[in-house]
Amino acid sequence: MLMVALFAQSGKPVSPEELKKLDITVFPDGRGLPAGKGTATAGMAIYKEKCAECHNEKGEGRDQQYPRLVGGAGTIATAKPVKTVGSYWPHATTVWDTIFRAMPYETPRTMKPDEVYAVTALLLHWNGIITESFELNEKTLPQVKMPNRDGFIPDARPYQKLKK
Amino acid sequence: MRPYGERSPFEKTLRGARESTKSIGVGSSRTPLQDLYGTITPSSLHFERHHAGVPVIDPSQHRLVIHGLVEQPLSFSMEDLKRFPSVTRPHFVECAGNGGGELAGNAGADASRSHGLLSNSEWTGVKLSTVLAAAKVQSSAKWVIAEGADACRMARSIPMAKALEDSLLVYAQNGEALRPEQGYPLRLLLPGWEGNACIKWLHRLHVASEPAMSNQETAHYTDLHPDGKATMFSFEMEASSVITHPSGGHKLAGAGFHEISGLAWSGRGKVNRVEVSTDGGATWQAATLEEPVLSKAVVRFKVPWQWDGKPVEISSRCVDETGYVQPARDEILASRGPNSTYHYNGVKRWSVKADGSVTSV
Repeated sequence: MLMVALFAQSGKPVSPEELKKLDITVFPDGRGLPAGKGTATAGMAIYKEKCAECHNEKGEGRDQQYPRLVGGAGTIATAKPVKTVGSYWPHATTVWDTIFRAMPYETPRTMKPDEVYAVTALLLHWNGIITESFELNEKTLPQVKMPNRDGFIPDARPYQKLKK
Repeated sequence: MRPYGERSPFEKTLRGARESTKSIGVGSSRTPLQDLYGTITPSSLHFERHHAGVPVIDPSQHRLVIHGLVEQPLSFSMEDLKRFPSVTRPHFVECAGNGGGELAGNAGADASRSHGLLSNSEWTGVKLSTVLAAAKVQSSAKWVIAEGADACRMARSIPMAKALEDSLLVYAQNGEALRPEQGYPLRLLLPGWEGNACIKWLHRLHVASEPAMSNQETAHYTDLHPDGKATMFSFEMEASSVITHPSGGHKLAGAGFHEISGLAWSGRGKVNRVEVSTDGGATWQAATLEEPVLSKAVVRFKVPWQWDGKPVEISSRCVDETGYVQPARDEILASRGPNSTYHYNGVKRWSVKADGSVTSV
């Protein structure tokens, strides 16, 4: 009874308006994506302004510090894998989510949805996944199949036999 | 008198820090395991790994919001969370990338460089299961997506089974409030699981039927195998150990008695035994485990050793309560290849030279 009473007085309800500001989760099926649209063509100017300083002119990364975003196709099963958005990431929604959530590094969550769709489209285009004019929006983005979509397996450790 | 204590000016040990990029606040610092005693890591020497700096958070303004598959979205202040029944438990936190250099063939010259992304603290907080019960989680809930209030809003999806098993929302570390670098004022603590998933500056729990497939759990913290497949949601830190004395950078004063001492731990439970070799792995002897031996916490092991003054190689291996034996590096390479990056737990070898100096093998 004591525990029930304690639970009952803990926590305050959160209004839908408050929650809308806070909840930025985007799921692989597109739930959580805001309405908006953008193409690779539209993304070029935004990328130059907000992304190129660190990730370089065409997503090739910089100074072995800032991640390469483009290329690496066909390298994942080789001795020298190059993990990028195009070669490794399993879900296109993660690209949108990462850009909106965490980028640009100094001013995250300041890009408008259309800007994020456009830069996402540019990265997918540079990786040969969509065409330059393909419109990404909250409906088409989750339908984009990433090249390494089937590249992940569940944790099957331990790999070694156990000694009892 | 000092209102807040400091160590002796003669004590100089420090974390080894490294900025990963020119962006301020991205990087890591390593616990100087080779200089420490016992099992508890002093809070000032707990390792750090930040992806977007350390936020300054006023605890009176901080809220934890729980929403998604719950009866109704709820917001908890720190005061609310501290009114729940509290628990205090020692647990290690280890970065999934600890030992990554060993795997890659760049063996750490000392225990800080080889294993310093490991620390062990006494954590105090509330069971996550208690708070989830208060929020009345729906039966369709399978995952809890935890998000931090750091600049990058670091997010990880945690299986509900772990959330209900032994996960904690911690607000204290070693008897005082969390350090800012460890998530002040609130951190998710998943005993035995990779540090990256123990979200710091925790401000949101999204209860869901599926994982978010966040950046950190897809692009990073997945273990790439030679066939091109990568293991996802590989949370547990498997049994590991390292001799911290004598270890790289130390110099033995001469032949005769020395105590070999080190740390062992397992993300799957208690350490069952630790074996030490002083002949390059030809024979192994059981070390003494210093009590208490606690689940998913660091234990210190010791072996008395008479050194004859000749060059020798020393190493340790941990066996946990599941029967899992800490593997050699070659076994790890055989099972998941050189590009798996994370969750390396191979046996660490140190070479003692005739002059008493100790180096990494």
